[in-house]
Amino acid sequence: MHAFAYERPATLAEALALMQAHGSAARLLAGGTDLIIRLRDGSARPSVVIDVKRIPELDPGIRVDAGRLVIGARTVMTDIAADAHVRRHFLALAEAASVVGSVQIRNRATLAGNICNASPAADTAPPLLVYDATVVAAGPDGTRRIPIDAFFVRSGVTTLVPGEIVTAIELPVPDGPLGAAHQRRTRRRGHDLASVTLSVAIGGSGTTRLAYGSVGPRPVLHVDGSGVLADASATAEAKARVFEAAFADASPSPRSMRAGPDYRLAMLRVLGARAVATALDRLAGE
Amino acid sequence: MTQTIPIALTVNGRPRSAEVAAHHTLLEVLRDDLGLTGTKECCLVGECGACTVILDGRSVDSCLMLAVEADGADVLTVEGLATDGRLSPLQQAFLDKGGVQCGFCIPGQVMSAHALLAHTPHPTRAEVEEGLAGNLCRCACYEQIFEAVLSTAEAAAAADEEAGR
Ligand code: FES
Ligand code: FES
Repeated sequence: MHAFAYERPATLAEALALMQAHGSAARLLAGGTDLIIRLRDGSARPSVVIDVKRIPELDPGIRVDAGRLVIGARTVMTDIAADAHVRRHFLALAEAASVVGSVQIRNRATLAGNICNASPAADTAPPLLVYDATVVAAGPDGTRRIPIDAFFVRSGVTTLVPGEIVTAIELPVPDGPLGAAHQRRTRRRGHDLASVTLSVAIGGSGTTRLAYGSVGPRPVLHVDGSGVLADASATAEAKARVFEAAFADASPSPRSMRAGPDYRLAMLRVLGARAVATALDRLAGE
Repeated sequence: MTQTIPIALTVNGRPRSAEVAAHHTLLEVLRDDLGLTGTKECCLVGECGACTVILDGRSVDSCLMLAVEADGADVLTVEGLATDGRLSPLQQAFLDKGGVQCGFCIPGQVMSAHALLAHTPHPTRAEVEEGLAGNLCRCACYEQIFEAVLSTAEAAAAADEEAGR
């Protein structure tokens, strides 16, 4: 690994000042499960690494505040997967957090880091999209709230501006019944990057939010207001038509080693049907 | 110029301090600076788990963190499992069940299993498989390793029962 300077700010203000001072020469270090790999293979060559793990404002706690679940930027996947609030209100996010990497990875990897990397295969992106999450970012000019659908641009690129630091991710606690599920497809059991990820959330009003990743430059959200996916008695043909529209934005890369485009497109439909069935079951049990 | 940073941590119950390079991983410092070569270096990308140690009670890949990040932490490595020269019951079970072939992956497997049993003393087979999913074994001793973990949990449960706990 190349040599770099290490900074461990003790406050958010200090971290923001370091980001101002070093600009694009600095990289933020949260869990490190992606950054350390990139430092070693040379695809990231910062001269300064800023470790955000001791910043109290990025508190690793998960709390409910004014109708929103607030997940501090330092919160790791293990804690999200096990959290009682998350399991009760945001089960698809708990399911996604519990399949990221291995136990060792989940004990370090943060939700904030996962979305800031903006990998199209990020497991946590589809649930955050279906739950309509907001990214809270602190910058030199104050705090901004970015809707998650306006956050992802393409692999490794988000709408954060230079100097900004994600401090928390917020999810509105649903005000009515909601059934949700997360599905993924990997090459092998155990620990692997996903070839397809997909989440759905079906509300009591009949609106279905469906999001998927790993089939294009960024994860995609589709909102179905037709009521077809939410209708347990709708025919498979009717559902297939909605899926066609929902998956119109999928454009899997032909160059991926993990799975070919035809396979991914076929699996989207399979995972979509499974996730909808599970979400409907859960909605009925609410 | 390489920045070095003083760190203080607890390793296998003993306070240790070191001057570490900012860009050195915990794995490198354990092996090269502290002489604890039980923790193995293999893929260096968080895929194989050969470098697994327990940091503040949680298993982590030591190749995926900087040593400075462990400043103030409590680290348990495979060298910390035996007491008075006697293997821990879990380590002994790995030997008894034939889970150790070439042995290269075993320190990592044992540390993952140790962390699993600390959090889940009575795991199901599925929980053992999931708990060890981040540890690869190229000799493919998976069955024997799962048996070793399950039998350790069973023996501990039987001993608890005997003692009326
Ligand atoms: S050497 Fe760390 S996971 Fe393989
Ligand atoms: S015993 Fe040889 S790699 Fe596991």
